[in-house]
Amino acid sequence: MAKKLIGDPIDRIDGDLKVTGRARYSADMKRPDMVYGVLVMSSIGNGRIRSFDTAETLKMPGVLTVMSYGNAPKVAGINKNKPSEVATDRVMSLFQDNKVHYNNQPIAMVIADTFEHAVDGAARVKVTYESQKPKPPLPAGRNNTFTPERLPRYDDQVDTKRGNLKAGLSGASTKVTETYTTPTQTHNALEPHALIAYWEGEKLTMYNATQGVSGVQKRISELFGMPKENVRVIAQFVGGGFGSKGATWSHVMLAPMAAKLVGKPVKLVLMREHMFGMVGWRSSTVQKMVVGTKKDGEFTALSHDTISQTSAFDEFAEPAGTISRMMYASPNMESTHRLIRANIGTPSAMRAPGEAPGVFALESVVDEVAYAINMDPIALRLKNYAETDPHKNLPFSSKSLRECYQQGAERFGWAKRTPEPRSMREGNELIGMGMASSIYPVNRAESTALVRIKPDGKVQVETGTQDIGTGTYTVMTQVAADVLGLSPDDVTLSAGDTRFPESTTSGGSRTTASTGSAVTQAAQAVLKQAKQLAYKDKRSPLFNVAEAEIVAENGRLQTKSDPRQGETFVSLLKRNGSKPLEAKMLSKSADEKDNYSLNAFGSIFAEVRIDEALGRIRVSRMIGTFAAGRILNAKTARSQILGGMIWGVSMALLEDTLIDPRTGRVMNPNLAEYHVPVNADIEEIDGFFIEEKDETVNPAGVKGIGEIGVVGSVSAIANAVYHATGKRIRDLPITLEKVLDYR
Amino acid sequence: MKSFDYVAVTKPADAVRLMEPQFRFIAGGTNLVDLMKYEIERPDRLIDISRLPLDRIETTDAGIRIGALARNSDVAADPAITRQFPLLAEALLAGASPQLRNMATMGGNLMQRTRCYYFYDATQPCNKREPGSGCGAIGGFNRIHAILGTSEGAAKTQCIATNPSDMNVALSALDAIVQVTGPKGTRAIPVIDFHRLPGDTPERDTVLEANELITGLDLPKPAIPGKSYYLKVRDRASYAFAVVSVATRLAVENGRIQDVRIALGGVAHKPWRIVEVEKNMVGKAATEETFRAAAQQLVAGAKPHEHNAFKVQLAQSAIVRALQTVATS
Repeated sequence: MAKKLIGDPIDRIDGDLKVTGRARYSADMKRPDMVYGVLVMSSIGNGRIRSFDTAETLKMPGVLTVMSYGNAPKVAGINKNKPSEVATDRVMSLFQDNKVHYNNQPIAMVIADTFEHAVDGAARVKVTYESQKPKPPLPAGRNNTFTPERLPRYDDQVDTKRGNLKAGLSGASTKVTETYTTPTQTHNALEPHALIAYWEGEKLTMYNATQGVSGVQKRISELFGMPKENVRVIAQFVGGGFGSKGATWSHVMLAPMAAKLVGKPVKLVLMREHMFGMVGWRSSTVQKMVVGTKKDGEFTALSHDTISQTSAFDEFAEPAGTISRMMYASPNMESTHRLIRANIGTPSAMRAPGEAPGVFALESVVDEVAYAINMDPIALRLKNYAETDPHKNLPFSSKSLRECYQQGAERFGWAKRTPEPRSMREGNELIGMGMASSIYPVNRAESTALVRIKPDGKVQVETGTQDIGTGTYTVMTQVAADVLGLSPDDVTLSAGDTRFPESTTSGGSRTTASTGSAVTQAAQAVLKQAKQLAYKDKRSPLFNVAEAEIVAENGRLQTKSDPRQGETFVSLLKRNGSKPLEAKMLSKSADEKDNYSLNAFGSIFAEVRIDEALGRIRVSRMIGTFAAGRILNAKTARSQILGGMIWGVSMALLEDTLIDPRTGRVMNPNLAEYHVPVNADIEEIDGFFIEEKDETVNPAGVKGIGEIGVVGSVSAIANAVYHATGKRIRDLPITLEKVLDYR
Repeated sequence: MKSFDYVAVTKPADAVRLMEPQFRFIAGGTNLVDLMKYEIERPDRLIDISRLPLDRIETTDAGIRIGALARNSDVAADPAITRQFPLLAEALLAGASPQLRNMATMGGNLMQRTRCYYFYDATQPCNKREPGSGCGAIGGFNRIHAILGTSEGAAKTQCIATNPSDMNVALSALDAIVQVTGPKGTRAIPVIDFHRLPGDTPERDTVLEANELITGLDLPKPAIPGKSYYLKVRDRASYAFAVVSVATRLAVENGRIQDVRIALGGVAHKPWRIVEVEKNMVGKAATEETFRAAAQQLVAGAKPHEHNAFKVQLAQSAIVRALQTVATS
């Protein structure tokens, strides 16, 4: 039997390189004469720099200079450094003035011959300030909100109204109104933000840990006021991004500015504590939810009002209410988004931006309604199941959420749950079972790929995407191999470099849908060329055979009816001048978004065990079931899903960026005090897929899976905590004191 | 991190002789190097003591002597320790991560500094790091801070930091003795007197003088053998400091308490023990009622702050649970 390609749990093609340490990340690169930059950060939250005293630093061995607003190269395109319509284009701190907008803002860079000298030098820079009281982030300032210009995704409205909320509520027999709050979360990818920048005349090259080489190229070139072609960005390997490497942040400009100033290549790696503020984070939210329901569980009204925070100098609104608009078939629905300004670094997209905190609130309040009217949480969700998208008023391209509920419940053993809170116990532990829906919209952006069949029958794929740790490189070779009937071993991928055809940023779970579609279409185009070549070639066994009759299998072109009638790519190309065949395709959405609502769906079931005397919360079991179109690689897909669900545990129970309201300073900017789960926190966990054949969604037939894992997991755990203890925790994270039994 | 000189010594006497106020001893470096990176410690010179012959674990007539340079992981796995003092092994294994325990020494763990956020941030006020600068934790984030024995008088001496070590809590319950050498010779300090409360000098964590070197730890055989348990309550299942911890030893005969030790971690500037409370428990029934009464006495006078009030209850629940666990094991 021929090896199945799509869906196979193929090992990562870069796995060997990574586990043996041969994969070279941006900070691993070296250049002759390279020097090291270390940032000096502000220690006030609001005000101006009065002066720098760099005398001691400049006297130190190996120190070349201290770059600050006094001597930093002027940025020609500085007028572009302003709040933007593009979610990934943020306002940067580029040492063009002496303003301090937040605590831990980069204000200077010490450049030295070694990393150690630069670190030492940076600590000796003395700064005096004119300090003002910083505006604190949430929960303060809730009464001082304003309406954001836009939400990060251009087609999401800020506020929406459907039907008549008031009328819907008056027709309800039960009304639940609750407020849910989530903390500021910081991405904390394992690999710090890092880059090496060097100039060769007017040409700039950067090895940069980024989720989007082409986005960086565009942003950097417009800020320097130079042609895009003069900027080359390389990201061969990226050690996680989760959104924080999606935007072009200050350091990405500061390193080439420093390289210009000292005339040498500059390496800049952010310290862990520098990554709390200047490279984005997920805003804290305050979300008011109202649900009105009839006795039989039918929703008559639903509203979702979100307040999030942004910085003093830029605007990013956490789009927490977007899912509530379309998840349930409530005829009356209203949603709003408001912002407060605080002296903090600008928030940004973090894994499932909007969806993760928003669905925590939505699926928590739905659970509260289920208890209020004494109805099974799954039955309540089915009662309000949206057969079509009630917000866009469009059919779904595919939706298998019902199957996700059903299969998830079976795998989990939902039937064994006794509905009453506090009704399940074992020894010192209360047991709770909770569930929630998960969802993530399908995003797609323009991407280009080139596919070349070489005379030796091997295939080269070129596309300017990047693998941020998700398995993109592996999946792209699988996609090309699948179309061309080859083994992935015969396909070589060149990516992670702006020299290759422009591809989209790896964010919003869009890479496989976008770049995968481009690779699919380019491979289809080059296959068509090969078929046409054979058709016209009198010496080919496929001479005069119609394209539709020819299939590509096992490295051969052959007729459908008789596999023996055909030839290899090698023999076809050899007879035709031994020239490669190649096709480059720009792939973009057609009108599918106008005619359909495109989303992946899932269900999460969680079991928690809580020792009330000690407040100890264990997530003992978690089952995720997802319907996300075609699954291209069962192994990398499962890893994505489990990683997302573990983020759910992290968000539900642990993560909390402690911003001191007195100073605007993060007080736990390290991985000892900013908690994410360790292996011991993750017990039984598994993820499953329900295969969907969706030919509408995009040419690759895929829906994103990078973020959907986290979305429902948070509320499934919170709902399980309620079932275990009878305590409804509406304020994340659910730390031990919140479930502690006071006696 | 400030540049520094480095010298390695092979004899304890050399280490003591070479010590000056702006120098620091380094062994495993698991805490000191972090502190140097954060510019909290800025030594001119490191005196590397890791090669001193002080890493043995020996059985003596009185108990066990552990060299100051024995690694946490070696001590936790030592058969004599796990047989005679399983409480110490449990506490060691509850701390840090395997990688850190492989480097961390017993003497270094005794000297581990607080995890107070404001101590760790050189831009913030902290009387422990910079005497007289104030306390950032009071009025700031203080969920992980002390509720007992705090210093809350004049702003210039306030301190609500905790000692973060798990090992120290077990050593306290085991009545361990710290062996020290210095210019004036050697001295033995009971561990319950080794760590101190902040008082007017929160910058001092211990009674160790600047030029004294810890050489070892003695674990005395208990007069009345009993059982022990280390209970650690933390925010995640591993690699997290204790929110509250309890090290306890308990000897029960015919339902009556013969001997008991209770030390608390995560609640004070040092492992918290009240010897009077333990003495009063002797002869009483080993019941929840007795345990709960003792727990109340141990946290009497607790002074919580905005975010750590729950520790008053949690500490009591943990004490009761730990004692019950030992009593029923």
